[in-house]
Amino acid sequence: MNIKITKYYYGDIPEEKSAGSTYQSAQDATTWPLWEIFIRSKQGLDHKHVGSLHAADAAMAMENARDVYTRRQEGVSIWVVESKYITASNPEEAGELYEPAVDKIYRHPTFYILPDEVNYM
Amino acid sequence: MSIQNFEQHFQAQIDNEIKIEPKDWMPEAYRKTNIRQISQHAHSEIVGMLPEGNWISRAPSLKRKAILIAKAQDEAGHGLYLYSAAETLGMSRDEMIADLHSGKAKYSSIFNYPTLSWADVGAIGWLVDGAAIMNQVMLTRTSYGPYARAMVRICKEESFHQRQGFESLLVLSKGTAEQKAMCQDAINRWWWPSLMMFGPKDTESTNSDQSMKWKIKRKTNDELRQNFVDMIAEQIKVLGMKLPDNKLNWNEQRKHYDFGEINWDEFWAVVKGNGPCNKQRLAARRKAHEEGRWVREAAMAYTEKKKSKSSLEAA
Repeated sequence: MNIKITKYYYGDIPEEKSAGSTYQSAQDATTWPLWEIFIRSKQGLDHKHVGSLHAADAAMAMENARDVYTRRQEGVSIWVVESKYITASNPEEAGELYEPAVDKIYRHPTFYILPDEVNYM
Repeated sequence: MSIQNFEQHFQAQIDNEIKIEPKDWMPEAYRKTNIRQISQHAHSEIVGMLPEGNWISRAPSLKRKAILIAKAQDEAGHGLYLYSAAETLGMSRDEMIADLHSGKAKYSSIFNYPTLSWADVGAIGWLVDGAAIMNQVMLTRTSYGPYARAMVRICKEESFHQRQGFESLLVLSKGTAEQKAMCQDAINRWWWPSLMMFGPKDTESTNSDQSMKWKIKRKTNDELRQNFVDMIAEQIKVLGMKLPDNKLNWNEQRKHYDFGEINWDEFWAVVKGNGPCNKQRLAARRKAHEEGRWVREAAMAYTEKKKSKSSLEAA
């Protein structure tokens, strides 16, 4: 397989054109963990995932989330969850997980044809 | 499924406008291209704070200062959205930052130009952010989900950046002879570098098909550049200023503005690290990173201490 990578130079300059120097950064002793951020945009609505950020602890994650995701009054409530605690479904198992629902059309109201006299049921 | 089947399925998803999400199968080159593009975009946002930061302490009024601080804070946020999007592809934040600081990763060359007068801040908002928006609006429809979502958020915030820039120049354009001259001078210096932001001509960008096919990018460099020229050539009339290009002319047949040739030698010189401020910008980033190290370590040490304390209490 021989795929050529496109070279667009706005914020995307190919490696062979780069002018690497000898700078070596000492690794940080510790990396702040990653947190997922959920925001309730107004009373009455669910919290919705808005993105993620790094923080040393929950209090800092909360403060950073406030600064990053609610600068324009986008929220009235914030949840922060350390990313490692989220279990995600695997896209490769989508068949087993979701297909059983596909042929059960009788679960939808439109499956039932009723006489016109029965309005708004 | 064989690898070819995976690739066919992947391409079919893209052809049907179904977004690719982090845990989906993707070709290695798709992953790499996105990591490079998104992280370099993130670096651009972060380094982009430096030329403007130069003027925060010297803004002409409290209002302009507050606006500039808000804008710089937005850029930091944009950098963060983008780093997060790139991280979903499997590269750590630390690695990306190390690549920026070593010079391996790039950022938009535009930020290697100096901000010499107050009018530059307005010109950056109007021209540089204006050019960035052309690219970013297109990228809200890019095929990688986290990148597209970050772009939607960024575009919402970015339009204030361009408007404040234009408004700031508008004030100067109605001011004293000196202010008008300052406005024109800033436009003269920022115009060509802004056009360079769209990258080399399509004819020079020989491998460009794949990104279009994968819908990472949906318009070519030249298309975007033309859209930008058409927009700015009209807006500058409101300012009563001139763009520094005597070949700029409305072409009735094409229904577009014709414009002069970009100095490509300058373009490549800046990309390769020989622009006016390349060294200064990287030095500033490294310094901030190194001098902030103890803060990052102290914060984590404090967290560890709290954790061990609470587990002791629980025991």
